[in-house]
Amino acid sequence: MAASIEFERVHYRLSSGVAVLEDVSFTVEGGEVLVLVGRSGVGKTTVLRLINRLLLPSAGTVRVEGRPTTEWDPIALRRRIGYVLQEVGLFPHMTIGRNVAVVPHLEGWPPDRIRARCAELLELVGLDPASYEGRYPHELSGGQRQRVGFARALAADPPVVLMDEPFGALDPLTRSEMHREFRRIQERVRKTVVMVTHDMGEAFALATRLGVLAEGRLVALDTPEAIARAGDPRIRMFLEALPPVPVVSRVSH
Amino acid sequence: MYLIDFWISHRAEMLGALAQHVVLTLVATATAIAIGVPLGIVATRRPRLGAALLAFANIVQTVPSLAMFGFLVAVPLIGGVGARSALIVLFLYALLPVMRNTVAGIQGIDRAAREAGVAMGMTARQLLLQVELPLAMPTIVAGVRVAAVVGVGAATIAAAIGAGGLGDYIFRGLSMTDPTVILAGAVPAALLALAVDATLGWLERGLTPGATRERRVTFRAVAATTIAIALIVSASFALSGRWGTRVIIGSKNFTEQVILGELLAQTVERATNLRVDRRLNLGGTFICEEALRAGAIDAYVEYTGTALTAIFHQPVAPDRAEVYARVASAYAATGRTVLSPLGFNNTFAILIRSAEARGLHLKTISDAAPYTSKWKAAFGYEFLEREDGYKGLARTYHLRFAEPPRVMDLTLSYRALASGAVDLIAGDATNGLIKGLDLFMLEDDRRYFPPYDAIPVVRAQTLAAHPELRRAIEQLAGRISEETMRQMNYDVDVRHRDAAVVVREFLDRLGS
Repeated sequence: MAASIEFERVHYRLSSGVAVLEDVSFTVEGGEVLVLVGRSGVGKTTVLRLINRLLLPSAGTVRVEGRPTTEWDPIALRRRIGYVLQEVGLFPHMTIGRNVAVVPHLEGWPPDRIRARCAELLELVGLDPASYEGRYPHELSGGQRQRVGFARALAADPPVVLMDEPFGALDPLTRSEMHREFRRIQERVRKTVVMVTHDMGEAFALATRLGVLAEGRLVALDTPEAIARAGDPRIRMFLEALPPVPVVSRVSH
Repeated sequence: MYLIDFWISHRAEMLGALAQHVVLTLVATATAIAIGVPLGIVATRRPRLGAALLAFANIVQTVPSLAMFGFLVAVPLIGGVGARSALIVLFLYALLPVMRNTVAGIQGIDRAAREAGVAMGMTARQLLLQVELPLAMPTIVAGVRVAAVVGVGAATIAAAIGAGGLGDYIFRGLSMTDPTVILAGAVPAALLALAVDATLGWLERGLTPGATRERRVTFRAVAATTIAIALIVSASFALSGRWGTRVIIGSKNFTEQVILGELLAQTVERATNLRVDRRLNLGGTFICEEALRAGAIDAYVEYTGTALTAIFHQPVAPDRAEVYARVASAYAATGRTVLSPLGFNNTFAILIRSAEARGLHLKTISDAAPYTSKWKAAFGYEFLEREDGYKGLARTYHLRFAEPPRVMDLTLSYRALASGAVDLIAGDATNGLIKGLDLFMLEDDRRYFPPYDAIPVVRAQTLAAHPELRRAIEQLAGRISEETMRQMNYDVDVRHRDAAVVVREFLDRLGS
C-alpha cells in the first residue's frame, strides 16, 4: 500500500519563535497504526494538527495521500480524516445518533444512508443503536462516550484516523477494555491510524510501529520489538517508566 | 382597595397602556437580539473591535435613562417624542446584555467541542450555526432575559417622552402625589417584569443541554408559538393607524396639562374629521417645546409667562396683554401660531385657609401682610430660590414671617396648610386642591406675579394644511375660567375621575 502520510523535514515554530518540532521526517503506510510517544508538551499533538491542517509547517512538507497539505482544501482534507480527542468533544446539544452523523450530514448524505451508517457504527463500537441513538452525551459513561467519539471519527469512512490520547481520561480497567476494542475494530476497518500518547504501555499494546519524540525531534521510529531492544538512553527512559507486564507479554510474541 | 377600583374604572385605558408597554419592550428587545447577537459574534472573531463595541455598550448603559430620553428628543431623524425615540433608548439599553452574553456564551464553549467541529471539517459558518450558537444559546437567552427585564423597567420612564405605557400612571401619580395612581402603574409593571423573567428563565433551562427530551419538545412548541404571537402583535401594532391625516396633541406631565391636552384633542375630534394622536404626559416644558419645534407634536397648551421666560428667555412683564403680544410674536418668528387665550391665568397663588380669610376679612396679599409676623410659611424649593419668587414677593409686600419659610414639596405644602402646620403657601391658581381643601387665594393686588395665561400653541404648517383646526380650537377661546379649570383639576386629582371623561362632560355642557 502507498504511503498515506509523509513528513519531510518538517519544522514547526510558534509565532514567538520557540521551536516545537525540528526536522521531523517519517512515513505512515496505509492500514498502519503509528503510535507517537513522548512527554507532555513535546509536540505530539502538533504532529496530528499538522496532518489535518489545523496547523501548517514552518518549513518542510506534510503530505497526505501524496499531496502537500498546503495544496489541500482544508475542509475537504479534514472530512477525509477522522479525529478522536481525549476530551472526546461530543456536542452536548446533539443526541448520540446526531453526533455520529455530523460528517455524513456535512457531506450531504441522504437520511436513510445516514441512519443505516449510524446504526452500523454504534454496533461496531459495541453500543446498541436502539437504546443509545436518542440519548445525550451527558447520559453516558466516560468509556461509552469515547466509543461514540470513535464511531463519529469513522462515520464518513475516512482513510485516516488521528487519535490524541484517546484513552487518557479512562480508568485502567476501562482503558484496557478499550484497547481490546480498538484492536478488534482496527482488524475490521484497517484505517491508517496515527495515535499520540504518553503511556508507553498503551503504545506497545496498540502500535504496529512506534515513534519516540523528545525535545521536538523524532529520536526513534521502529516496531515495538525493536524499540524495546534499543540502547538509546532517551528511549530507555520511557521503557523504564513502563509497568513491566504488558511489555513482556507483547515482546514475547 | 382603591387600587382595584382604579383599575376597574380605568380598565380600557389600563389595557391599552399595558399593551403599549409590552410592545415597547418586545420590539426593543427583539431589535437588540437582531443586532446584538451578530455584533457579539463579530466581537468574538475580532477581539479588538469586540472590546470597543462592548465598551460603547457599557458607556451607554451608564447614562441615566431619563437623561437619554431627554437628549434624544432634540436629535433629528431618530429623535423626537413618542414610541420611536423610546424604542431607540430601550434598544440601546438592551444591546449590552445581549451582546455581552453572546460573547461570553461563545467564548465559554468547551474547547474540545469546538476543536472537534473544526477537525471534522466544518466551515466557519457550519461551526457557528451547528455548534457555537446552539451551545451559547442558554447564555444568550440569559442575556435576553436581563435585557427584557431591564426593558420593562426602563419603558416606564419612556412615558416621559410620550411613548405611553404603564409609566403614564407612575408619572401621573407622582405629579398628583397619589400613591394609588403610582401603584396602578408600578404594580402591573413589576408583575410584567416578573412574568418576563420567569418565562425567559424557563426558556433558558429548556435550552440547556441536559433537559429531558419531552421537555425539549414541549419547549420548542411553546417557544415557536410565543415567537409567532410576538411577531403578529408587533406587526399589527406597526401597521395600525398608518393611514389618514392625523394631528398630534401633546401635554406636559401634570394633571392640568393632561386635561388641557385632552381638551384640545376632543375639541378637534368633535369639530373636524382629523384623526388625533395624543402624546400626553411629556416630561416638561423643554420636551414639549423641542417636540413642537421638531414637528413631533402639532399643538399643546403653554402658559404665557412660562413661554416668555423659560422658552424665549425674555424678562417678565406684569401686563397680560403685553406678555401675550410678545409671546405670540416670538412663536410666530419660529413657525408657531398662538391662538386666543383659553381664559384662565394659572399664576402663582398665595394661599391661606378660607377660615382665616373670612375671620380676618382678608382679600389681598396686602391685607394679609401685617399678619405674617405671626405666621409660618412653606414654599416649593423653586419658588424659594427664584428671583421672581419669594424674595421679590417679600420685598413687594413687606412680608416677615415668624420663622424662615420651610422648603416643602408643592403638593405636600397644600396638605400642610390645610392641617394648620403652616399658615401661608405659594401654590398655583388652578390647583384642584384649593377647592378640595377649602383654601383661599389672596389677590396679587400689586401685580407682582407675571401672567400665566393658558394659550394653545400650534405649528403654523399644520394650521395652513388644516384651516379647520384653527376654527375648532378657537371655540375654546375665553371659555375656561380659573374656577372651571380648578373644578376639572379637582375632579381628576381629588375625585380620581378620568381626565377624558371630565373633559367630555365639560365639552357637552359647553356645546349645549
